Amino acid sequence: MADIIKLEKVSKIYGDKIKTQVLFDLDLAFERGSFNSIIGASGSGKSTLLNIIGTLDKPTAGKVLIGDRDVSILAKKQLADLRNSTLGFIFQFHYLLPEFTALENVLMPHRIKGGGVDKSTFKKAEELMDMVGLSKVKNNPANNMSGGQQQRTAIARALMNNPEIILADEPTGNLDSDSTENIYKNLREINERSETTFVIITHDRRIAEKADRIVEIKDGKIEMDVSR
Amino acid sequence: MRLSFKIAARFLKFNLAQTFLIVTGIAIGVSVQVFIGLLIQGLQQDLVNTTIGNSPQITISATKEAAVIENWEEAIDEIKENEPGLSAISAAADGPAFLLKDDRSDPVIVRGWIFEDAEGIYSIEEKLVEGRLPKEGEVIAGLNLKDELGLSLNEEMKLATASGRIEEYRISGFYDFRVSSINSSWVITDIKTAQGLFDYGDEVTSIEMQVQDVFAADIIADSINNRIDNEDLIIDNWKAQNQELLSGLNGQSISSIMIQVFVMISVVLGISSVLAITVMQKSKEIGILKAMGIRDGDASRIFLLQGLILGVFGAMLGVALGLGLSVAFTTFALNPDGTPVIAFYINYGFIALSGGIAILASLVASFIPARKSLKLNPIEVIRNG
Repeated sequence: MADIIKLEKVSKIYGDKIKTQVLFDLDLAFERGSFNSIIGASGSGKSTLLNIIGTLDKPTAGKVLIGDRDVSILAKKQLADLRNSTLGFIFQFHYLLPEFTALENVLMPHRIKGGGVDKSTFKKAEELMDMVGLSKVKNNPANNMSGGQQQRTAIARALMNNPEIILADEPTGNLDSDSTENIYKNLREINERSETTFVIITHDRRIAEKADRIVEIKDGKIEMDVSR
Repeated sequence: MRLSFKIAARFLKFNLAQTFLIVTGIAIGVSVQVFIGLLIQGLQQDLVNTTIGNSPQITISATKEAAVIENWEEAIDEIKENEPGLSAISAAADGPAFLLKDDRSDPVIVRGWIFEDAEGIYSIEEKLVEGRLPKEGEVIAGLNLKDELGLSLNEEMKLATASGRIEEYRISGFYDFRVSSINSSWVITDIKTAQGLFDYGDEVTSIEMQVQDVFAADIIADSINNRIDNEDLIIDNWKAQNQELLSGLNGQSISSIMIQVFVMISVVLGISSVLAITVMQKSKEIGILKAMGIRDGDASRIFLLQGLILGVFGAMLGVALGLGLSVAFTTFALNPDGTPVIAFYINYGFIALSGGIAILASLVASFIPARKSLKLNPIEVIRNG
């Protein structure tokens, strides 16, 4: 299958005076519809890599292509639209908007896209909430839920616009093992059903082993890259 | 736009106490603005009314050589037709005379009026404290003159002119203009009586006018001057005659504007600093929204709309507060006789302007945070948690 994400000689250096190189000339590509995991010690550069793929951060050198488009030449508006419709983020810390309810948070990417909320949109958001097991608390204010519930709401939100790519940074980092198992089952289902590409950072070897491919990052370089 | 509004409203609602504080801040600024503005306007109007409200604001008089205004009735008709800014116009036949009583002889000014017309300028009926308005052959005198000379109602008053003529007129009443120089010198009579006394024939010596906008008196006077274009006539207006009063009024206006400008500056600074802080508070949310793909324009519009909402509510509350303060002031700050110390004139245009400026100021103030939000990079939020 064709690559939907392609990194060519990507380097990242932080700082002006004291320079810290985090990524070294990475060449990496992910196939459309694949389920990938990235592992590595903390500080290895895996989160930076994910943020660069997600267009939130810019590489110091090298090129990032999302679905054949070079993101470095995109205008700000086009980048925003790309993040809204092509990419879905699940962050390590849930990052919900506390001013809105759980369901409103899930609907937010759709609203940003500019769509009105009709019955079918509403139903879709409710189905997503149901899928992550939160139908009972869907109308709670976002900051009035447990950490795990917030994280699951964030997962539902990432799926709202049917993005082609889901980028997740330790999405189940603060969930118990049962919930973790459940969430991965769900994500896998979505991956198989709608050919969504997943790139998931995890430190949980058991989870990583369920992916189609494991990429290990060490000191800003690819240490290991195995496909099953 | 709708999304930006929804988010802005939700942000404001979420921090309700803070929102209330900002709205109150704006409202206090606006209320001070409205209150001070109305107070000073009321004060000015009061001052203008008491000083020039009951006197002619434009006067056409004959030069010494000409002595009388010829064809005055035509002149009045022409002025009436062409000057829409006038509120009253009246002719007068005036002349100096001596009031002879016992062994005394006091200089007085005899003023002959057409009372129907003069009423519009002098409100003479209100000023009458005893008796009635004079008919032909009758006069009224001021209270000071009455007390000084011991005049009484229906007594005959003996007047002598410079030309040596001496006539007697019946006193039909007494007036009080609350200005002692007038009360002790004016002897008011019917126009025909005055014309007869001074041998003016059918002519008059002056045409007096009041205008709707007192501060436009000089412009109207100029226009009348150009229209009449007669070297025998002198056209004067109150502004030229009362430079000191005018500079006093101007000083008041300027100080009022200064106060209002500083109030507005403090409101703008207040709003912009508080809104700038809210961007810091909301930077995490803005970062999340940007990561979800909200466009920069929509993100910064959130802050502009916040400014607008705060401004609108602040202005509404401020206008209500300002009016309330004004009403309280007129109700509780009273003269011994029960009338308000300063009568308020509710100037709706001014109130709307004050509110409008506050809304505009809030909007301008929110440009700073809006610009700041443009520069906000979501990665900073995501990397720093």
